[in-house]
Amino acid sequence: MCLATVAKVLEVDSDRGTAWVDFGGVKREARIDLMPDVKVGEYVLIHTGFIIERVDEKTAKEILNAWEEVFRVEEDAIGGYYYPGD
Amino acid sequence: MAIEEVVHPYRDRTIAQKLVGKIKEEAKTLDGEIRIMHVCGTHEDTITRSGIRSLLPENVKVVSGPGCPVCITPVEDIVAMQLIMRKAREEGEDIILTTFGDMYKIPTPMGSFADLKSEGYDVRVVYSIFDTYRIAKENPEETVVHFSPGFETTTAPTAGMINAVVNEKLENFKIYSVHRLTPQGIEVLIKQRSMIDALIDAGHVSTIIGVKGWEFLSEKYGIPQVIAGFEPNDVLLAILLLIKMYKEGDARVVNEYKRAVRYEGNVVAQRLIDKYFKVVDAKWRALGVFPGTGLELRDEWKELDIKNIYKVEVPKDLPDLEKGCLCGAVLRGLAMPTDCPHFGKTCTPRHPVGPCMVSYEGTCQIFYKYGVLF
Repeated sequence: MCLATVAKVLEVDSDRGTAWVDFGGVKREARIDLMPDVKVGEYVLIHTGFIIERVDEKTAKEILNAWEEVFRVEEDAIGGYYYPGD
Repeated sequence: MAIEEVVHPYRDRTIAQKLVGKIKEEAKTLDGEIRIMHVCGTHEDTITRSGIRSLLPENVKVVSGPGCPVCITPVEDIVAMQLIMRKAREEGEDIILTTFGDMYKIPTPMGSFADLKSEGYDVRVVYSIFDTYRIAKENPEETVVHFSPGFETTTAPTAGMINAVVNEKLENFKIYSVHRLTPQGIEVLIKQRSMIDALIDAGHVSTIIGVKGWEFLSEKYGIPQVIAGFEPNDVLLAILLLIKMYKEGDARVVNEYKRAVRYEGNVVAQRLIDKYFKVVDAKWRALGVFPGTGLELRDEWKELDIKNIYKVEVPKDLPDLEKGCLCGAVLRGLAMPTDCPHFGKTCTPRHPVGPCMVSYEGTCQIFYKYGVLF
């Protein structure tokens, strides 16, 4: 039920309260009631036809770069204490 | 940025092997065993599909909690909705009922919504409550009801849609809310001594409620929590972090799923939920009544609630489960599907005996699908 899928915003129609989004080829209309300020080009999470959050591209990339760091530093594994980016 | 670029390392085998190595190392100095509960059907899917349990040391147990909202939707509510459909027809008004695909098939002693459809009632499976809204617009003369299950992730879209319906004064759109609150439900399980040492928090519930929505569980009960994403390495990392936190007595909430979860959550969604819903005591199927865990429409929006339009009497003492069905224990994390005498024999996704075998989020269906039995 709480499955959500990443999609890219193609077009926003604030009057209608919807956006057209692209799930890697499949295009659908999604509601923007929960994220009214969403913008074209952003990656978002869609749950049951509603945009529920932006996917933070920058954090995602930082965390990916931190993986290497995690395994290099044996003693304080997982970013000093727990998690890279914390 | 392509989506694959982000997801790939979270599925990378080398990283997974390193994480498993670290988990094994950490588990060696554990005092006894650790029971980690997750509360999301999608996490169960990741864990079972990736074979994560088979990679963990003996003293690290990952159990599945009540992370399937359609599984815990009370029999009484499904039956009440069916009776509302029948009563409306007797009074000369046909209702169009919409719900999600797995809810449609959930069995009760008085049949499922699918059975109701086979009797000629207008029951439609939808992907989104937005579809219900469209159906209501296309059929202005008919009452359209969405039977609405789900945790916070799904409650937020319901609240968003109701907000649009209220603004547009769309009068034939109604709901039947069986929404539930996740952390508050877990709190009841903790109070009932359900043997939970640590929690993997549901990623997309957290998208809505934020890190802050879980904090009271750590503060009140000293339980470490990690909000995790849904790729195998997300879950492995959560397990590693939880073992370390548990050993050090570090009870707080760590957000592993930063790419989609903020500390404060989705504030717009929280405001909409609060505007339209009030918290009530609610039954969880096979688990009992959990105080302060259900959501009903507030009194000022009662005309949107189909229960206030048709009053029906639900027969008393309807059994939650078929004899022998272990769905209740599975939802508490006290039994594995393979412990159930029905599993894989009398109970399969094609002929489900209990709700945990119906939903694609049900632990029994996930175990069956990925061949745990074979």
